[in-house]
Amino acid sequence: MSVVLVDAGGTNIGSVRYALQRLGVDAALTADAATIRAADKVVLPGVGAAGPGMARLRELDLVELLRSLTQPVLGVCLGMQLLCAHSEEGDVACLGLIPAPVRRFTGAPGLRVPHMGWNRVTARREHPLLAGLGDDEQAYFVHSYAVPTGDWTLASSDYGEPFSAVIARDNFHGMQFHPERSAVVGAKLLKNFLDL
Amino acid sequence: MLSRRIIPCLDVRDGQVVKGVRFRDHVVMGEIVELALRYRDEGADELVFYDITASPEGRSVDRAWVEKVARVIDIPFCVAGGIRSVDEARAVLHAGADKISVNSPALERPALIDELAAAFGVQCVVVGIDSLRDVDGEWRVRQYTGDPSKTKALRRRTLDWMAEAQQRGAGEIVLNCMGSDGVRSGYDLEQLSAARAICHVPLIASGGAGEPEHFRDAFVDADVDGALAASVFHSGAIAIPALKRYLQGWGIPMREVREEK
Repeated sequence: MSVVLVDAGGTNIGSVRYALQRLGVDAALTADAATIRAADKVVLPGVGAAGPGMARLRELDLVELLRSLTQPVLGVCLGMQLLCAHSEEGDVACLGLIPAPVRRFTGAPGLRVPHMGWNRVTARREHPLLAGLGDDEQAYFVHSYAVPTGDWTLASSDYGEPFSAVIARDNFHGMQFHPERSAVVGAKLLKNFLDL
Repeated sequence: MLSRRIIPCLDVRDGQVVKGVRFRDHVVMGEIVELALRYRDEGADELVFYDITASPEGRSVDRAWVEKVARVIDIPFCVAGGIRSVDEARAVLHAGADKISVNSPALERPALIDELAAAFGVQCVVVGIDSLRDVDGEWRVRQYTGDPSKTKALRRRTLDWMAEAQQRGAGEIVLNCMGSDGVRSGYDLEQLSAARAICHVPLIASGGAGEPEHFRDAFVDADVDGALAASVFHSGAIAIPALKRYLQGWGIPMREVREEK
């Protein structure tokens, strides 16, 4: 199976790559359109801000390519947010593959922003991506912007308000947390993606 | 609900993990990867690696061990030590670190925090603050604490610096209370509470953990998001699974770690 990591400048590319290696998959790091199109699975990692993330995808001329993919695609953290319609972060239009907005956490006493640390992930729907996810599993989150829950939500988490932890539409999937840094739970969910 | 974090801190010197008492007299505790894996297995929520001699020696972190750790570790980790520029930070993040922590270099040039936040987002940027109470009763910042002969006492008040660091883009603050570091008599709850009142990003307590009660006090009394400790974990005086069960018993949300492989 060929898995590619889209090199859009995200700083977590190394960690996602190592996590896939631990699952026995050597994912190529690429920004080449033909290589991405030919892959069985495409992962879009990302750490940083939505504006620069989209700008980078445009620079690499990958926007239309990503929109046209038909194989399973996984966006991680910012990568997931880039799959959505629009981000409040810098007021930018994203790829529009999942019709969800990305909004800033409002914060409150006791609810520090960024939301940083291990939080519970609760399945809202049956989906092969969530196979084997227990009732009380936690994953590692680091983010200031989040996708509200909606039709696209496969699993949710809670930080003052419920928000989307895992989303999907057609062949496009996203995880707000970092599966590459979420110990056994993260490895299981990444494995599920590879098995889609 | 977001869990509170237990964070073992590994001070790195010459490729090995060391530990000092009140930032002095370091002894070797073990190999980096070996200790990192042990803590991962025991249920540490995150790891922090300080290349403690990088800043006093005017160099950046040695990337080779960052990459080694990133390959085997599946929990988040933060790296600190002499990161003075966006390029140096990028190298450490690309080697696989999840966050970078800046301390002395941010005091040298505070705009570094703004630059890092703009380049990588605030969630990557941790500001470490070494703080000591002076004879006039004020907490003030210390610089270059990795090497006692180079440590400088600054005029800057700890809480002023903490406010400025957040304004500039710190996504997390680690407050090292040097007066209590390594002596295991408890976190400096007074200082942490004062910090909490002005800290709107995650706040991590550091310095002084000796007993499980100390962790409880930091979470309950000072409302910190995470507690960092070194010697009690390295020595085995406190085992992380037992510590987490104890804290859960006090109603503090913790991540449970299952035995499955």
